Amino acid sequence: MTRKEPSAATRQNEGANPTYSGNRGLLIEEPLIFEVGDPAASGVDLPDAPETASRLGTLARRAPIGLPGLAEPQALRHYMRLSQKNYAIDLGLYPLGSCTMKHNPRANEKMARLPGFGDIHPLQPESTVQGALDLMALLTAWLTELTGMAGVALSPKAGAHGELCGMTAIKAAHDDKGEQRSVVLVPESAHGTNPATAALLGYGVRTIEARGDGTVSVEAVKAALGPDVAAIMLTNPNTCGLFERDIVEIAQAVHDAGAYFYCDGANFNAIVGKTRPGDLGIDCMHINLHKTFSTPHGGGGPGSGPVVFSEALIPYVPIPYLMRDGAMRRLVESEGAAEGRKPFGRLTAFHGQMGMFVRAMAYMLSHGADGMRQASEDAVLNANYIRASLRDVMSQPFGDQTCMHEVLFDDHFLEGTGVTTLDFAKAMIDEGFHPMTVYFPLVAHGAMLIEPTESESKASLDQFIGVLRDLAEAAKAGDEDRFKRAPQLAPRQRLDETRAARQPVLRWSAVEPAEAAE
Amino acid sequence: MRYLPLSGADRQAMLARIGAASIDELFEDIPENVRMGGLPNLPLHAGELDVERQLSKLASKNLPASSLPFFVGCGAYKHHIPASVDHLIQRSEFLTSYTPYQPEIAQGTLQYLFEFQTQVALLTGMEVANASMYDGSTACGEAVLMAHRITRRSKAVLAGGLHPHYRAVVETLSLHSGHGVTALEPIPNSGSDEIISAIDDETSCVVVQMPDYFGGLHDLAPIAAAAHERGALLIAVITEVISLGALKSPGDMGADIVVAEGQSLGNGLNFGGPYVGLFATRAKFVRQMPGRICGETVDAAGRRGYVLTLSTREQHIRRERATSNICTNSGLCALAFTIHLSLLGEAGLRRLAELNHASAVGLADALSEIGGVELVTPEFFNEFTLRVPGDGAEIIERLAKKGVLGGVPVARLEPDRPDLHDLVIVAATEVTSKADIAAYRSALAEVLKP
Repeated sequence: MTRKEPSAATRQNEGANPTYSGNRGLLIEEPLIFEVGDPAASGVDLPDAPETASRLGTLARRAPIGLPGLAEPQALRHYMRLSQKNYAIDLGLYPLGSCTMKHNPRANEKMARLPGFGDIHPLQPESTVQGALDLMALLTAWLTELTGMAGVALSPKAGAHGELCGMTAIKAAHDDKGEQRSVVLVPESAHGTNPATAALLGYGVRTIEARGDGTVSVEAVKAALGPDVAAIMLTNPNTCGLFERDIVEIAQAVHDAGAYFYCDGANFNAIVGKTRPGDLGIDCMHINLHKTFSTPHGGGGPGSGPVVFSEALIPYVPIPYLMRDGAMRRLVESEGAAEGRKPFGRLTAFHGQMGMFVRAMAYMLSHGADGMRQASEDAVLNANYIRASLRDVMSQPFGDQTCMHEVLFDDHFLEGTGVTTLDFAKAMIDEGFHPMTVYFPLVAHGAMLIEPTESESKASLDQFIGVLRDLAEAAKAGDEDRFKRAPQLAPRQRLDETRAARQPVLRWSAVEPAEAAE
Repeated sequence: MRYLPLSGADRQAMLARIGAASIDELFEDIPENVRMGGLPNLPLHAGELDVERQLSKLASKNLPASSLPFFVGCGAYKHHIPASVDHLIQRSEFLTSYTPYQPEIAQGTLQYLFEFQTQVALLTGMEVANASMYDGSTACGEAVLMAHRITRRSKAVLAGGLHPHYRAVVETLSLHSGHGVTALEPIPNSGSDEIISAIDDETSCVVVQMPDYFGGLHDLAPIAAAAHERGALLIAVITEVISLGALKSPGDMGADIVVAEGQSLGNGLNFGGPYVGLFATRAKFVRQMPGRICGETVDAAGRRGYVLTLSTREQHIRRERATSNICTNSGLCALAFTIHLSLLGEAGLRRLAELNHASAVGLADALSEIGGVELVTPEFFNEFTLRVPGDGAEIIERLAKKGVLGGVPVARLEPDRPDLHDLVIVAATEVTSKADIAAYRSALAEVLKP
């Protein structure tokens, strides 16, 4: 029997230590369920259905579906192995700027799974869900107190959905006044969701350039304002990690022009307990519960994006919303029942992301007023500590100035090294860190936006800072190859994204694409 | 505070490195007159035990579905979820990861999304699916906008059997984005003719729910043919995804876009969210599809791997020219869906669907024996509509007092249609026992006793 050699591909790929299996110690290659499962197999034992006369008529399914099944131990192992190919906040610092990857307390998970929250139906009688409505009222009270706003729409399913909620309310308010306004002002540093939301509502987008320090000046806003402007969408603190110093004057100018002020609240986590959006003159703002109040992101959702409103926009808040009826709480679920109000409509079936409301409430009760302010302060302190520790080896697009919860670097310090922002990020992966947000915001060349959050200890920050210093120095010292080849130690090396987009393979298929084409 | 690792000494040392005398110095960009002097007027921090007590007290005021005979559906369904589903989705590597922007260290998320997309495409009988939407209703709203883009027309026809909340979501989006909607009357058992006659040359799409929200079944094929003849698309909506184990797929009946609420697989009731929206379509429309999409590729060493792809459709690249403003998907709920479906497999899903159907048939037979109660939907899957002698909402409330959550009165969803207020929509699933059916029958008989 001849000794089996590692395949050519494996030899080439695994450097000095090729393996026969392609596995690398604890990193085990895992095929797709479609390659290992069997449509006849099942990991769920179900009883025989009682004999009944079918009421499916002519529409009963006859064609096979092609879904594979796995016995329970196979399924556990499959998803366990997949899980081990992911970075996670529970593994280490996850410095994605603007994404706010903070600790997700497990007590919150436990609370969301109480049957009294997790096992109740959105359409069961209101008399049987008074505790759920109490929780929604409690969340409303905390959010309005923390923001200084008049009311809240809880139903938006995520931040961008909240933007749609707030901007639709603004549109409804203008419509109500008989005003035709066609433009929304958006700074160039804005999240892509802002212009996309404005466009969805039929608005044209007028871009406002940042001034030299990365913030928006009241003069620039005034110059862009006019009778055609419906609203400004401004993120504060902005996506460069800077507090918009002119915000109160901007709000005044916007209101003087008959427009409304939408604040993108993605970065509210920097200022909780430090200032209140209501005091800044904001008319509405979405709150990413999954960022500021730590409901887990789960690989890209679910999110939750309640929107707080000023008194001026309350009449237009969408259904459903809460009301009190004597000793009972009720939900107003139809526009006809909304006395004295003019709700702009409905954004989703049912009442919003209740599972996220419970988690956010557990987070808020745990922190309390003092803990939430401390969390904001620590988040800002951590970001500034990183800034102060890296300012001599990395470069900042708007000079070295105090930042809020995130610090923005650009690729100026890599000039002439041949190393790009992307290469730098990929080298961080080999060092055991998730990269920061890269190439966003667009106002910085080769942007690197670092948000450590309050969840990091000083020791963790010091380790991270040490790695970034080493990498910055290695790049400058000409060790370009390290960066171009990176990552070498991750479950995969750099993936070919161009090929994925040019020859899209978006699902598994029993037939090879080449054969299918014949 | 247990979640904050910095000590006082750490903070001092860090401020010293920054060169700030105090933490307040870092907040000096906030204008002084709007800086908060004191703390927000809210309670101070609390220990885990205390928080558990406070929240458990609220939870205990609610009646969970598992605690009594339960027949509420209408877009969210009570099913049994295998324990391993919830165990796996709480793995830190799944629970506490972000959108897979760095694919080399997110292959776990990306591979399950690829599996999810394949499962959704197979189930719906379509060629491609995205990596999930917020829920079924928002997926429906986005599907209508997509149909407008594809056909360059702007009028949607909504079948009367579309869930009223879904109808409202489509109307809200359309109204404020300058599109038109023709919503047909919500009448149980209305046939295809009415839908077909509403299609004209301005129609971009016809939106038909199957089973409809009364529980009734429709052959989509003639509607698809009529829509296609006029250059319009057929959007099929499914709120009970288990039904696809027993019914012809919308793809087989000619649908162009299929949207569904995926909650029934892997996800609890959660009082309405988070859920998971499914979105599938034909390959030729993929570049008009909203949402994240995962695709297969290779790494620098030639090994198979997965990335988010076709992102030139999306807001972070295209900004105001994006197909949608959507940024978040429903990743963790999609994972729960995909694990549950991998456990079931085709054989398990079909069996589960049979059980659901048999439960509903048994229940419908038992309840329609009661004098004055009439089964309105002769063909159904696991949900049907009853006409009751009296006000449906009041009867449901009285049943609740007797410990039976008997379904959804149409009055709750259509308050402005008094002609429908004697209808209640009743669901049964694999969790419905014979004892539950008997309890419902006797409670309803008692409530209706003159």
